[in-house]
Amino acid sequence: MRNTKVRDVILLGCFAVAAVAAPLLAAPFGAGYPDLLVKFAIFGIFAVGFNILFGLTGYLSFGHAVFLGVGSYAAVWSFKLVSVNILPAVIGAILVSGLFALAIGYVSLRRSGIYFSILTLAFAQMCYNLAYSVLTPITNGETGLRVLRDDPRYLDSAVGVLGQSPSLFGLPMTGWTGYYVCAAVLVVAFAFSVAIFRSPFGMTLRAIKTNQNRMGYTGFNSRPYLLTAFVISGMYAGLAGSLMAATDPLAGAERMQWTASGEVVLMTILGGAGTLLGPVLGSGVIKYFENIFSAYNEAQLGTTLSFLPESIHDGVVKTLSLFVGEGWQLTLGLLFMVVVIFLPGGIMEGVMRVFRVKHTPPVKSLGDSAQRDIVGESVIEEMPADYGAHPAPEKALAEAKIGTTAQ
Amino acid sequence: MNNIVLHIDHVHKTFAGLHALADVNLDIRQGETHAIIGPNGAGKSTLLNVCVGRLEPTQGKVLFDGVELTGRHPHEICQLGVARVFQTPEIFGDLTVIENVMMSMLARRDGAFSLHLFSRFDAQHEIVSTAEKVLTDLGLGYHFNHLASALSRGDKRRLELAMCLTQKPKLLLLDEPTAGMARADTNATVDLLKKIKQSGMTIVIIEHDMHVVFSLADRITVLANGRVIAQGAPEEIKGNPKVIEAYLGDEEL
Amino acid sequence: MDAILLQIMNGLDKGGAYALIALGLTLVFGTLGVVNFAHGALFMLGAFCAVAMNKFLSYETVVVDPTQLTPWGSPLEIRTPYVQALLGDWGKFLIDYSVPVSILLAIPVMLIISLIMERGLIRFFYKRPHADQILVTFGLAIILQEIVKQFFGANPIPQTAPSAVSGSLAITSAISYPYWRIVYFLFSLGVVAAVMAFLRFTTFGMVVRAGTQDRETVGLLGINIQRRFTIVFGLAGVVAGLAGLMYTPIVPPDYHMGMDFLVLSFVVVVVGGMGSLPGAVLAGFLLGILQSFASMNEVKSILPGIDQIIIYLVAVVILLVRPRGLMGRKGIMES
Repeated sequence: MRNTKVRDVILLGCFAVAAVAAPLLAAPFGAGYPDLLVKFAIFGIFAVGFNILFGLTGYLSFGHAVFLGVGSYAAVWSFKLVSVNILPAVIGAILVSGLFALAIGYVSLRRSGIYFSILTLAFAQMCYNLAYSVLTPITNGETGLRVLRDDPRYLDSAVGVLGQSPSLFGLPMTGWTGYYVCAAVLVVAFAFSVAIFRSPFGMTLRAIKTNQNRMGYTGFNSRPYLLTAFVISGMYAGLAGSLMAATDPLAGAERMQWTASGEVVLMTILGGAGTLLGPVLGSGVIKYFENIFSAYNEAQLGTTLSFLPESIHDGVVKTLSLFVGEGWQLTLGLLFMVVVIFLPGGIMEGVMRVFRVKHTPPVKSLGDSAQRDIVGESVIEEMPADYGAHPAPEKALAEAKIGTTAQ
Repeated sequence: MNNIVLHIDHVHKTFAGLHALADVNLDIRQGETHAIIGPNGAGKSTLLNVCVGRLEPTQGKVLFDGVELTGRHPHEICQLGVARVFQTPEIFGDLTVIENVMMSMLARRDGAFSLHLFSRFDAQHEIVSTAEKVLTDLGLGYHFNHLASALSRGDKRRLELAMCLTQKPKLLLLDEPTAGMARADTNATVDLLKKIKQSGMTIVIIEHDMHVVFSLADRITVLANGRVIAQGAPEEIKGNPKVIEAYLGDEEL
Repeated sequence: MDAILLQIMNGLDKGGAYALIALGLTLVFGTLGVVNFAHGALFMLGAFCAVAMNKFLSYETVVVDPTQLTPWGSPLEIRTPYVQALLGDWGKFLIDYSVPVSILLAIPVMLIISLIMERGLIRFFYKRPHADQILVTFGLAIILQEIVKQFFGANPIPQTAPSAVSGSLAITSAISYPYWRIVYFLFSLGVVAAVMAFLRFTTFGMVVRAGTQDRETVGLLGINIQRRFTIVFGLAGVVAGLAGLMYTPIVPPDYHMGMDFLVLSFVVVVVGGMGSLPGAVLAGFLLGILQSFASMNEVKSILPGIDQIIIYLVAVVILLVRPRGLMGRKGIMES
């Protein structure tokens, strides 16, 4: 507990270095090009924000893509009306999505469990359907909202800036500069999430996940905490949405569809909900698979696998071709199932297992079972007497012995 | 009469036609240890649940220090100074032992809601050291950093008690603090409660173990079928024929 | 008045579909405690049973008749479906009735699929968190969808109702109502009644209902509740499959139809009350009818866009005002 601060600084440092070196690191995997890395960064931000809500409080929102979509629309409107600079777009998107999150969260958080999930899903579907129908003047319906040549851009025309594609004070948001802007934002967003995880606020959120009853009897009002977490994670989604609009200035309603919300849930769980790095890893893996697998086709597969003996070559290529290109969704489905079945804690748990890195708590939670007490006591019994700062009092040991023999 | 901490005034509670509490009146005085006893299903736990806002009374009201508790949220009642230990320990299982205690200290220091987004919880030195001290005093000193859910049941109850004590409540409600404990452990708990009692805390305790009741209580209230059938000092209760009937009546039939 | 009647009738078939899917969802949820996101895929698989049956029945023989020539000069090919060639008029009848006939195919197929699903996957997830259940069944749903897409392509495949009921009922000169929708409504009522009666009047049903209340106690009584749950899952799968199958003449099936229905059916289940069968049925029909009312031009002109959001709006209001849904038990699933 004492040296977590040093550890966090190291973690953040490594994260920043990895973000800077990502083009080199990703190159061997065939992912070292800016378009894909930008996606990693943006969905990383989205998932890190979602993790603040889901990973810490356990509240599973099934409508988080709304905030992504709202952020995108707000950013494009800012490009159209204010300036091509992404700064006002990002700030505006965060504010607008924060307001949406405040309204939706205020209502949805009146319920918990699966009811909360359904409420958020219902709101998301409403926003999605309305964006396609009645709100067409704002969202431009199925065509999607885009930046046009003759948009007013009042701030730009006032200061005499020309240009129509989004930039950060002249730095274009395409190519490598675009990636490094997004990566910088990701690092800041990640640092903020680390701060939240380590703050009393973060501890309170974890407490809510564990036992809401006790929260009340401890004197905490859970709801404002939950609402704050919901709004923060909504703002993260808005931020991600605005970056999405900045790198590709076209906002469509399909970003708000429930499958998009499902995707961020999957990213978070795949990486490991409630862990710091998990969501970033999860979003990276899913976007990587999406890009690589969906780009492959049967012919490419044939050349890649040409080393196989001819007798099985065609068969293997035919079978594998089901999983790539158009069929990459099949791979995605399999991935979900494999991860949930064999690695319920997500990738991070797998990494921990491989490297035998122990979580901070040395005793594994055994859930609410009858055996728990027995095991808990035996664990305590095996502990050296001088463990921790103070010697074990006699009576606790006595009790532990009585407990185990009585069973 | 102004030394009354908790005033339960004509409280009724019905569950789908079943009278769990019928016209219960009870005054808890400042600094006393008040035991509520009665056979199973007498409404003892229901009474405590009404006091902490888990249940709302069908009729009647509960006053704490002159403030009405009925209709208030549990966290408001807690912030007023009522703490409760449950029959099955309610703790934050996925938090470490010390974090559990820190939670209740934060609630005490910062109120029902506060945003500390940028401070680190392990840098709250004052709170960490106090929490360590309280835990050591209660015999939990050597597993600060264990998950609370991995503790034995007795330790969980002790942890819950530690959390309640760090809230510095004006009134402590205990629901069967020794249920299911071995004799040696029960005695240890009684000793602990005696210490807490000596510090001047007002305590309401529900208990089945008469040994515990008579070694702790200043006054006793007996509930049966949701009604108060007797109230008074331990000696009076011991000899009360109504009480004997309530406890033994069934067996004689 | 006619307009209102028509809207109610328009809502009935859709409501029937919602009710049948929601029935299975809530049955599985109430007994097994599993949130099954692959339930929509079962609906879709049922629909594709009808497509497969139709394809099978209309498989053609080609006879080249050299004596006759087409206008292009090539010999005329006479194509007749095998079934017709083999069975004559009976074959014709079978092809015409391919949708109802495919029920015979769908029942065993759906039963086998859902039993494999339950034994091979779902049973390991009884006690896992709902998030895990949602994810794993969501993954399964994607896989099933993709498999169907590989076999049948991505485009909707229209199916026709038997010619005897392919017409429309003329209510007034301007308004007509397809017979098949009436058939669908009656069919859904029949299935609902059968499922209810099965659970109500058989010992099997009694055990299942008891298991819904308290699984552990029933298990302690020495009853193999697991096997019964498997059968319940199979039943839910068959009901979903039949609902999808009979729906094909109304909306041409495509591989992602299940997902579209699934989200709405979840809302229906929640509105009806988690785990409540009558609630699911009632809410299904109610929301179907409400949706059809909201799509009336008169309503849309006052509240633009209402047809798009009405179901979700109702769900939000119900959840806030009456969290246990229309007919649900109190406190279920709150944490």
